[in-house]
Amino acid sequence: MNSAPHTPSPLHDRGGPAQPLLVVRNLKKHFPVRGGPLERTKKFVHAVDGVSFSVPKGKTLGIVGESGCGKSTTARLIARLMQADSGSMVFDGEGVDEFGGIRLKEFRRSLQMVFQDSFASLNPRLTIAETIAYGPRVHGMPAAEAKRQAHDLLARVGLAPEQFASRYPHELSGGQRQRVNIARALAFDPRLVILDEAVAALDKSVQAQVLNLLQELKAERQLTYLFISHDLHVVHYISDYVMVMYLGQVVETGPVERIYGQAAHPYTRALLSAVPSMDPDRRTESSPLAGDPPNPINPPSGCRFRDRCPHAHPVCEATSPALISLPGDPAHQAACHLNDPASGHPGALPETQA
Amino acid sequence: MTAPLVSLQNLSVQFCGNRKASALNAVNIELGAGEVLGLLGESGSGKSVTLRTLLRLHPERSTKIQGKIEVDGHDVLALKGRALDLYRGGTVSMVFQEPGLAFDPVYTIGQQITEAIRAHGAVGEAAARAQALHMLERVQIPQARRRFDAYPHELSGGMRQRAMIALALACQPKLLLADEPTTALDATVQIQVLLLLRELQRETGMSVIFVTHDIGAAVEVADRIAVMYAGRIVEQATVGDIVRTPRHPYTVGLLAATVGAEHRGQPLQAVPGAPPDLAALPPGCSFAPRCAHASERCRREVPPLESKGGHAVACWHPAQPVAEAA
Repeated sequence: MNSAPHTPSPLHDRGGPAQPLLVVRNLKKHFPVRGGPLERTKKFVHAVDGVSFSVPKGKTLGIVGESGCGKSTTARLIARLMQADSGSMVFDGEGVDEFGGIRLKEFRRSLQMVFQDSFASLNPRLTIAETIAYGPRVHGMPAAEAKRQAHDLLARVGLAPEQFASRYPHELSGGQRQRVNIARALAFDPRLVILDEAVAALDKSVQAQVLNLLQELKAERQLTYLFISHDLHVVHYISDYVMVMYLGQVVETGPVERIYGQAAHPYTRALLSAVPSMDPDRRTESSPLAGDPPNPINPPSGCRFRDRCPHAHPVCEATSPALISLPGDPAHQAACHLNDPASGHPGALPETQA
Repeated sequence: MTAPLVSLQNLSVQFCGNRKASALNAVNIELGAGEVLGLLGESGSGKSVTLRTLLRLHPERSTKIQGKIEVDGHDVLALKGRALDLYRGGTVSMVFQEPGLAFDPVYTIGQQITEAIRAHGAVGEAAARAQALHMLERVQIPQARRRFDAYPHELSGGMRQRAMIALALACQPKLLLADEPTTALDATVQIQVLLLLRELQRETGMSVIFVTHDIGAAVEVADRIAVMYAGRIVEQATVGDIVRTPRHPYTVGLLAATVGAEHRGQPLQAVPGAPPDLAALPPGCSFAPRCAHASERCRREVPPLESKGGHAVACWHPAQPVAEAA
């Protein structure tokens, strides 16, 4: 499994190519807020509020949104780093941690995560070879083999093992540390890798190197990525599907060309036009949105985006829009009354125009 | 043009702690009144050190500064005592990246701005408060009267950065230093703050030095861009020239590594390697170890920053503008 050129073992694949690798249904997480002693009602931060999506095999799903929209909480809930309040997951056709499904330990081995802070996610007292070998050793791999595998992985991520294997995390640069984190994630031969802002802290020139590495590894090992980022350029580059989140809910999801070409939700359009222009003759003249994202403790009723939305209408306050498929591509879904002729919003048109 | 508002001549900064690090190496910058300069570079390239040196914020004992800084006729390196206090905040002031850390958490926003105004001029309490409130309105903080009495932690990130700008502009400085003011903000808030900065600059006619690692943000606000690498300025030109006809291989690489829609499905052209260690800079061009065009001369001699028609570049083998036009 380690010395031979890597071939994804067919034993892994159970559901067949059409079965999405991961299906998430109605994931919810509300964090209680400690109020004052006189406060009767307990408040909750609606961090993730009914999120459902699926990730096809071998594809990359990019999750974008502003801070506080629940993208990182979603990642942590999927990796079971925290317990969800409700919701279920299906991994390659098998329910996760359910009766008759895949066991949690096994699920965790097929899923690895790379975090934003490359320094904080490495143990400062272990050399990087020890760090990479640590997980497999805990899962019963003999020490010598784990070490050899660690060296192979280091070579694969572009760090010469004879030079780097015995170094400590503080002796590496940010880009090198992130490569170590990627190598560690690969040590279990995972099928799904969650990259939570994995390139956000890197300098532009180094970021490009790491993105290239991620693309190569994905092709080589048939990995599936869940790529979380606030950088819309990077998500556009790396993703096959994009999911846009706002205040704990999915507002739009679909293939990357549809999201970047014909965004159907006013929030997605605002987010895309907030990216600074690269053309000095065509600078941005007015900002697409006013104000900051609202507080997730008391989200607005109905559509959560309505108090920043230029198309808001009383119906947006009364009912919250459901995520519905758009004409032209059933995979492209948006949660906005403008796209639903039956919603009663005066701006809603029967065709795709919005 | 008359004498420039800001001029840095051969400025070098060395930090001498346990290790010696040359953070700035013979940097020359001139900035006219009302001009906006974007300092672009990666971490460790010396952009923030330049700003902090302009305000003399580095600890004097462990910092060795050589060269000359002149701002609005003051010899900055010779300022002392009360003159330095008045210079900081009065002539030059700064907006930091983390507004949450730059404000004092135990005073309200209004108190802090009022204090700054009173420290710089003989203004009565009531007049200073009115002026502070006016500043909060000018940076477009909604319900400014209510926010005046808010503590920093009660404001959102974007609001705090606006308050920070209000504080920086409270004494009508001639030069505003902005150290990655939008990096910590969300995309939709970032563009609001960039537009606000541009508008305030136009209204007040102040000069701005805007430090960023994001070319997009620099393009939105700056007239001119200086690209820094390992404590040196490697290229300086108008925004249009930098974006369309970059001449230094590093700038070319930086622009090529900026991810865009057109790159989908193909590998990015990454600049290989990592920035050099500032404690052990190579003897020649500091970019030579990562550069595809490096020759023997690049490894031996530091290329000078030579200007031709307003486009300055420090490279022995600059890219030809014609070849880069596409």
